[in-house]
Amino acid sequence: MDNFLHIQNGQVVSRADIPDLDFSIFQEAVLNATRHSGFVVQFFAYTDEQSILKLITVIRAGLDLYTAGCSLADEYPSLTPECEKFHMFEREIAEQFGAHPKNHPWLKMVRYHENCRGKKDVFGNDYSHDIPGNYPYFTVDGDAIHEVAVGPVHAGIIEPGHFRFQCAGEEVLSLEIQLGYQHRGVEKLLEQAEQPLTRLPTIVESIAGDTAIGHSLCHSQAIEALAGLKVNDGAKVVRTIALELERISNHVGDLGALSGDVAFNPPLNYFGRIRGEFLNMLLTLAGNRFGKGLVRPGGIVFPVLEEQRRIVRDKVAEETPGIADVCDLLFSAHTVLARFEHTGTVPRNTAEKLGLVGFAGRASGLSYDARITFPTEAYAQLEANKNKRTVGDVYSRANVRREEIMHSLQSITDLLRQDIDAAPIAVPAYHTLAPDSFVVTINEAWRGEVSHCMLTDKNGSILRYKVKDPSFHNWTGLAMSLRNQGISDFPLCNKSFNLSYCGFDL
Amino acid sequence: MLKVIKNRWKQGYRTTKYPKEEINLYSRFRGLPTVHQDCDKKLVRECAEACPQQAIDIDKMVIDIGRCTFCGQCEIQSQGKFVTFSNNFELGTSSRDALFTSGSLPALAEHSKQHFKNLFGRSLQLRQISAGGCNSCEADTNVLNTPFFDLQRFGIDFVASPRHADGIHVTGPISNNMKAALFSTYEAVPAPKVVIASGCCSISGGPFWGSKDIVGDLNRLIPVDLYIPGCPPHPMTTLHALLQFFK
Ligand code: SF4
Ligand code: SF4
Repeated sequence: MDNFLHIQNGQVVSRADIPDLDFSIFQEAVLNATRHSGFVVQFFAYTDEQSILKLITVIRAGLDLYTAGCSLADEYPSLTPECEKFHMFEREIAEQFGAHPKNHPWLKMVRYHENCRGKKDVFGNDYSHDIPGNYPYFTVDGDAIHEVAVGPVHAGIIEPGHFRFQCAGEEVLSLEIQLGYQHRGVEKLLEQAEQPLTRLPTIVESIAGDTAIGHSLCHSQAIEALAGLKVNDGAKVVRTIALELERISNHVGDLGALSGDVAFNPPLNYFGRIRGEFLNMLLTLAGNRFGKGLVRPGGIVFPVLEEQRRIVRDKVAEETPGIADVCDLLFSAHTVLARFEHTGTVPRNTAEKLGLVGFAGRASGLSYDARITFPTEAYAQLEANKNKRTVGDVYSRANVRREEIMHSLQSITDLLRQDIDAAPIAVPAYHTLAPDSFVVTINEAWRGEVSHCMLTDKNGSILRYKVKDPSFHNWTGLAMSLRNQGISDFPLCNKSFNLSYCGFDL
Repeated sequence: MLKVIKNRWKQGYRTTKYPKEEINLYSRFRGLPTVHQDCDKKLVRECAEACPQQAIDIDKMVIDIGRCTFCGQCEIQSQGKFVTFSNNFELGTSSRDALFTSGSLPALAEHSKQHFKNLFGRSLQLRQISAGGCNSCEADTNVLNTPFFDLQRFGIDFVASPRHADGIHVTGPISNNMKAALFSTYEAVPAPKVVIASGCCSISGGPFWGSKDIVGDLNRLIPVDLYIPGCPPHPMTTLHALLQFFK
């Protein structure tokens, strides 16, 4: 990574300092890094002030982050045949900017929308048609093969997406997942010119509502870096607690849902209620059950004083034994274990090749946790978590979540022991961003690595706003977990990942 | 088995007695706003200009809670002089106009259509359609099925097939990519059918207003019978609206 710039999480760098490499040199360096232990945090395109199409990447290798860029031609040799980690990123660039990665092994749309440069559509789609219809679905031929199509509207209160299974009897040979139905143009909205920055937090909180805190933190930290704002220690503690409450509520809810999927109803109902208690704790801090409204650039909007701390402290203490009991009930039931174990396995080498992140990555033996590797807020003070079973099956993903819940409960208790009053910031606050700058922020939200990246122009306006939800990496993991599984195990595998449609679709 | 019984005993009975007993949400919850008519116009203008949702009408001195995300900024900015948010979660209305409010909403039960009450009062089956939002609306609708709320005790249920449904419950700003699926689901529901718009997204586009990739207003596509504001609506807001409108 000699020709890359070494950067820190949330550090402002001048765009001029980012190495602008020759494409072939760039490609070789990126591939060298990612073929081994490097992972892609960001890999996106933008048009610069001279209307030249540029590519920028952020790579993480061990404890370090590196960045570099290059110019991008309308056609370029794809990196994906050499390294799968780029497959979705290259498709995204093709869709957003109409740049064609030659020899991409499976070039198809990501979210079904026109590119922003008015270039000929790479996928040959006609967007005057409402329905995202033109999918080049993968098919398996043969007399015994049948195809199952599910969605976009599913049987339940759940987001839309299309799943296409190729099965031999009950066995799934291949699952293809096509999303895009939730696409609402988030990045374009964030990049709108002449728009006050004060609108952005409201949009960012709704990239994925179950990750409202995770995305808000990435956004706020980026603005804080570009505007040179300092966040007080009390607010950092509250923001950390909020992210952990978000983690617990989602993990608890999903463990309940997993239990429901194997027809063991008591934990479904207990965890369903307990999840609500944690959403109510977020309401105690934010006035909103998803924590919306709490985090803004510069700190937090509502004071968190002894009263709020007491409510959260007491509730956490009250619920902890019950959570441990219900976990014990779930994980010691034979019927549950029989369904969880050896189901939907994503082995470590597959996870590594695809670059899975978050609890799903950890359940497959990739220990990366951004709370430890790139700590923000108050995370440097907290103990790291450890995972026991990491063989990549449903059991591992469930058990990692169980471990994370217990770890988060302890972290919140520890943080609340500090008893610091957290003063709010005044809103609305208008900030000026550093011109011609670049910043990348990373946080470990409950699903994994959330990252935002901002580029400003010479007036300090936003030139490019790139959002990455962990689901962008992990949907492919779900597809892989279904290989050679019974199709009836799909709900279970799906819930064990519980990926975001809207976070992916943007 | 012993563990099942032990946990059952420890977890106890948790279902709320609502509507027989009142529920009080924590004071920080932001529900129905009161606009203070005597507020200095300059301050109102400042709040309106800063509102990320452009939900404040300076001349009429009302807030459009079909646009508002209840972020609370205008209350803080005006130090409560322009607006204060109460923790009253009863926000559902049967008309879009009623959502432009200065502090009171028409009693929903009286404005609902009698034939809906006759048809669906004892049993209401809804098909939920998620169309481009952030999934919080869906999540906080789903919790109505948890033991605390136990929606089914009122004869209301969310069903898988639109053929089995009496109406649709729509969340999200209707992304262009969901428009076709929304229509086919709506058409698959047998008439007479009811249409519910839940969350500021489906009422006005919500946080995504102005995007080219969304429709932004369900009523433009299909006439809406019941509006449930919020970002997302609190489960109690939804429960109250359903009970008032259909019972
Ligand atoms: S609470 Fe509503 S009206 Fe007030 S600033 Fe926020 S969105 Fe605007
Ligand atoms: S109204 Fe708010 S909570 Fe509901 S889907 Fe839209 S952004 Fe999400």
